[in-house]
Amino acid sequence: MDTTSVPVIELRQVTKTFGRGTAAMQALRGVDLVIQSGEFVAVMGPSGSGKSTCMNILGCLDTPTTGSYLFQGVTVGSLSRDQRAILRRHYLGFIFQGYNLLNRTTALENVELPLIYRGDPVEVRHQRAQEALAAVGLSGWEHHTPGELSGGQQQRVAIARAIVTQPAVLLADEPTGNLDTARSQEIMDILTRLNFDQGITIVMVTHEPDMAAYARRTVHFRDGLVVPEHEIQHEGGA
Amino acid sequence: MLWNALLLAMREIRRNVLRSFLTILGIVIGVAAVIIMVTLGGGATVQVTQQIASLGSNLLIISPGKRMGPGQTVGAAPFSVDDTVALARDIPQLVAVAPTTSRSMTVVYGNANWSTQITGSTDDYFKARNWVAKSGRLFTDSEQRAGAAACVIGQTVRQKLFGNQDPIGARIRLQKIACEVIGLLESKGQSTMGTDQDDLVIIPLRAFQRRIAGNQDVNIIQVSVRDGVSTTRVQQDIEHLMRERRHLSENEENNFNVMDMKEITKMLTATTQVLTALLGAVAAVSLLVGGIGIMNIMLVSVTERTREIGIRLAIGALEREVLLQFLVEAAVLSSFGGLVGIVLALAASVGLASVLNVPFVFNAGIVVIAFVFSAAVGLVFGYFPAKKAAQLDPIEALRHE
Ligand SMILES: Nc1ncnc2c1ncn2[C@@H]1O[C@H](COP(=O)(O)OP(=O)(O)OP(=O)(O)O)[C@@H](O)[C@H]1O
Ligand SMILES: [Mg+2]
Repeated sequence: MDTTSVPVIELRQVTKTFGRGTAAMQALRGVDLVIQSGEFVAVMGPSGSGKSTCMNILGCLDTPTTGSYLFQGVTVGSLSRDQRAILRRHYLGFIFQGYNLLNRTTALENVELPLIYRGDPVEVRHQRAQEALAAVGLSGWEHHTPGELSGGQQQRVAIARAIVTQPAVLLADEPTGNLDTARSQEIMDILTRLNFDQGITIVMVTHEPDMAAYARRTVHFRDGLVVPEHEIQHEGGA
Repeated sequence: MLWNALLLAMREIRRNVLRSFLTILGIVIGVAAVIIMVTLGGGATVQVTQQIASLGSNLLIISPGKRMGPGQTVGAAPFSVDDTVALARDIPQLVAVAPTTSRSMTVVYGNANWSTQITGSTDDYFKARNWVAKSGRLFTDSEQRAGAAACVIGQTVRQKLFGNQDPIGARIRLQKIACEVIGLLESKGQSTMGTDQDDLVIIPLRAFQRRIAGNQDVNIIQVSVRDGVSTTRVQQDIEHLMRERRHLSENEENNFNVMDMKEITKMLTATTQVLTALLGAVAAVSLLVGGIGIMNIMLVSVTERTREIGIRLAIGALEREVLLQFLVEAAVLSSFGGLVGIVLALAASVGLASVLNVPFVFNAGIVVIAFVFSAAVGLVFGYFPAKKAAQLDPIEALRHE
């Protein structure tokens, strides 16, 4: 791995505290994490260990309470809300467990949405959205609304929406959480291909070791901390 | 960016047609009410103004009697023809001095009869009251001097007695007199007070005095003041002269009245305008209520669409883009309501104007103002919900449901 290049993601002693005083709840307690460009990382850990909290910070939707987050060398914590939004629209793609598509809006329009905010002209939008839908195997489904699509298809539309901007990093929080095994494997195939063919960095939270197996590296969370590599050996068989 | 917001807004409105319609109902009613009030009020004002002109510009009416508070007079000696001669001679600012005396009577032609107001006067009456002959002619000097049995009739009388026939040259009967119709007057329509001005018959004063009244009295003198001369000034001159002629001493009150018709109509116009403004203001309040309705629905909409907003923010929408989306939606809704209101109001105004017998006066100004105002209502009342949407935390918003 090229160690001289700037890592795409770098967390340094990141903490996140929700609430104040006695109600304060520390979800992250000093996370160190470095992810290089082109990696496919799975994030695992028990419920409540801070995985989603960490993903929100990686996705620039939230900022650390203390510590710093460098995205391609830029300190995200010092950016304004709008600057983070611009970072998201250009460099980050999101896939959620609940798909989060706009209802009563066609697949094509859903996929076009990020391009609208980038101000791309209509023809470019159509072209790119169609390509993205083709990449997830949904050619011919452009004009169906989420209500007319299966869960697996909806998640594929969500992936198309996430990659249509050709982001540097794809963040997926339990993308297969709502899908059966066959559907999950389809999604993982798509993600693997995106990582391999297009070199998109992928960070994916999952509870299923089968899915984590698709990734080239797994990061374990426990009680708001990343579990060091050497401790994982004992849990390996789980 | 604005265009996109507009498209989004249209799509969102189409999605909830019924709700959108109910939302804008308040604006529709508000805008329609304002426009109807102003249009009808404008029509009424125009009508009053026309009547000032038709009444005869600068008309003063001199009647005998003491004024006992508004509208009340106590009897006093009538005037005489000599009074009118003196007025015409001594007050050069008068262009017409018409002695009149009237009585309600039935006029008969063939089998038709009609009860109307018969007025005895001179040619000056037509001048003072701005009457023009539509056909036939007015009185000649010799007819006036001789008290000939000739009459000039108004459109209503013609309608009742002759239908659509030409009345000129026909003889109608006023009690015992058979009277030749020599002239037909142009129509003036209803007066400000709602009376029919065309319901009248004029005969020479002398004929009236001799054959109907049986005395030499003149009940009312109507005079017209030359254009550009202050009517108040002339009014004082008339009062001075009449006091002298009626031998009133310094400490006696006037036993006659000089009324300035222009002043009265002006007052009526002012009243109409105040009423219009008042009703318009009441209507404007309903616009405000409409605005609150829009705010209410927009707030509901923001809550309902929290997740959608979260998605938009997560994929990179800026705060101001979300703000704009909701603002535009509110503005589109309310200006659409404004448009519907304008169309309804214009249709209703045309209908109401004809029912109420006032002219329909299209007021482009108020239509533009109402439209701009309705759009502004959307912007103002949509701002708070839009701000609320834009400031949502994307994480919270995504978790919503
Ligand atoms: N907005 C918030 N306010 C208060 N507490 C929060 C908030 N978000 C997360 N937490 C808390 O932080 C902790 C970590 O939550 P997080 O969602 O990151 O866990 P997770 O690892 O994603 O769990 P799961 O596997 O169930 O999704 C939890 O105890 C949660 O209750
Ligand atoms: Mg989670």
